[in-house]
Parts: sequence; structure tokens; C-alpha cells
Amino acid sequence: MMSTITASEPLIAADDLAPPPTLLQLFIGFGTIGLYGFGGVLPWARWMLVEKQRWLAPAEFIDLLSLCQFLPGANIVNLSTCVGVRFHGFRGALVCFIGLMAAPVAIVLLLVMLYDAYGHLPAIESAFKGVSSAAAGLILGMAIKIGWPYRKNLRVMVFAATAIVAVVFFKIPLIWVLAALLPTSMLAAWVSRS
Amino acid sequence: MNERDVLLQLALQFLTVSLLAIGGAAAVIPEIHRGVVETHQWMSSQEFANLFALAQAAPGPNVLVVTVIGWRVAGLAGALVATGAMTIPAFGLAYFAARFRQRWHMLDWYKRLERGAAPVTIGLIASAGCLLTLAVAQESWMSYAITAGMAAVIALTRLNPLIFLGVAAGLGLLGLV
Repeated sequence: MMSTITASEPLIAADDLAPPPTLLQLFIGFGTIGLYGFGGVLPWARWMLVEKQRWLAPAEFIDLLSLCQFLPGANIVNLSTCVGVRFHGFRGALVCFIGLMAAPVAIVLLLVMLYDAYGHLPAIESAFKGVSSAAAGLILGMAIKIGWPYRKNLRVMVFAATAIVAVVFFKIPLIWVLAALLPTSMLAAWVSRS
Repeated sequence: MNERDVLLQLALQFLTVSLLAIGGAAAVIPEIHRGVVETHQWMSSQEFANLFALAQAAPGPNVLVVTVIGWRVAGLAGALVATGAMTIPAFGLAYFAARFRQRWHMLDWYKRLERGAAPVTIGLIASAGCLLTLAVAQESWMSYAITAGMAAVIALTRLNPLIFLGVAAGLGLLGLV
């Protein structure tokens, strides 16, 4: 597998990287990423893999990440799988995936059990209304942050607005929204470049 | 409807969603909302927003929202089925993609297509924000104000959002929301 070298690898000298991680190290590494991850796990993943542990060169991280962003599913799950394969094949992928998911799943289940037990109390209910309002704002803020660089780009704004109208007001199933908007949006991007 | 049917529906629902998740988990929140609240009527819109908030308040990847939805619908089995359906196909695809990464000559071509997908992803994430805002607010102006404040904090600063979730919980406890 490693005989075909990716374009990014020559950019960093081999001695800048740590030795390849063992399965246990991968498990602990991704377990920590999962537990740190609040409001998006990806920034923490980069910090852990590239800066703290030095398992991946910065360019290889970008390389793996763009592959993962192209694939469907949660980007961080894809990334854990790709990094695992990179070092230990299927076993590595499994170890990273389970390391990433196990603790957060257990914690969130514990929280939901607490919520089930105490969520009906008026004080908790109103506290939750506050937290839920803020969580909605978290996602809106994320959309604004990603969209902000494009604010003067009519093409991007028109397609984003069309998606919002279709999903929020007409409640059109995602598959039809994607089937209609992805090809037209890609075509528009293609044409606008040339 | 018996429990096995519900688990099957959960599995199908999240299997489909995971394969449509081209812009990450946040972009499929509207689709999960449509399936869970409208098609299957497993819970109210308000409850959906509360479970979403719960998942956000926990550490870990955004996909955990499906774990809590699965729990609400069918207990522990539901949580595991929903989480598995959402993550295991993605795991399989990523595994094969990573195995054949070096032969992935089309990646540059896809990068150009991604430029075209970005506007749709932005629209879908914004839709998720709108749906959740409407689900929680129920005409409470304070709720809109908290949402707007949080959106501003996320968009304009690099502060840890956990602090502001805590403030919002405090405002709620004081009965202001």
C-alpha cells in the first residue's frame, strides 16, 4: 500500500514524525478526540494527530480529510477509519472507530437517562428550553460562519437560499433536494469558473 | 406495531440519512427531523430540539444526536441500532476508500465538484438551524434572543460555546425563557 506515495509526503521530513502508533495508542488517541470534541470534533482531531502526537504530516492530514469529506457520513467517523487503515489496516480502522464512539455514546446515554428521570421537573424543563435555544443558535452560527466568505457571491447565496426554502418551508425530502440542487449547483460552479 | 418493526424503521431511516450526509451530520438534521417528527411521528418538534440540545451538550461527534433519538424511540436497542445504522455504512465506505486511496485519481475532479456542493451544504445547515429555532421558541422572545446571541458568538468569536450553553441554562432556570 505504501509503495505509491501520495503527493503530500515529501513535504515533511520523515524524522519530523513520531514512530507509527500502536493499536493501543490509536485507541487512546481517538478516545481522547471523542471526549474533547465539543461543537465539532475535527479541530481536535487535527490537533491530536498532527500537532500533539505527530502521527501525520500536515499535508497528509489534509489529504485524508478531503477524501473523508467527499464520502457520505460523519466526517470524523470517516477520518478515524482512514487513519486506522493508514497504520494498521482493518484492525486499525476498527480500533479507531470504536475508540472514537464508545465513550461519547455511553456519556450521551447517561445524560438522556438523567433527562428522562428529571426532565419533567419544571425547573429542568425551563433550563432545557434555554439550552435548546442556544443549541439552535450553535448550528445557525455554524452556517453563518461557513457561508460568510461567500456573502457577495450571488450564485452561492441563491443555491443556499433555494435549499432553505425547499427544506424549511416546503419540507421536501432531502433526496429530492439533493437530486435537484447538486447537479445544477455544480453546473453553475463549473460555468462560473470559465 | 411491534418492537422489531420499530427497530427496522429506525435502521432504514438512519441508513438512508447516513448515505445522504454529504455535508456532515449537521446537514442531515432537517432530514432526520422530517423522518422522526413528521413521517414517523415518534416525537414532537420541541422534543426533537431538546434531544438535539442534549447531544450537543455531551462531548463527542455530532452524530450522537441519532443515539438519543434511537433511545427515545426504542430504548437501548433503539440507541444502538440508530447509532450503528448511521455510522457503520460510513465506516465501510471509508474503509474501502482508504484502502484504495492511492488509486483515487478522481479526487481532484471531485474537489472541483465540491465547489458546487458547498452552497447546498450551507443551505442545509442553515435549514437545520431554522427548524431547531422554530421548534424551541414557541413564540418566546427570550428564546429567539438566546438563539441569536449564540449564533453571533459562534459566527464572530472562537470562544468555547459550552460557557454560553451554561448561561442559557441559567436563564432558563431563572424562568426567563
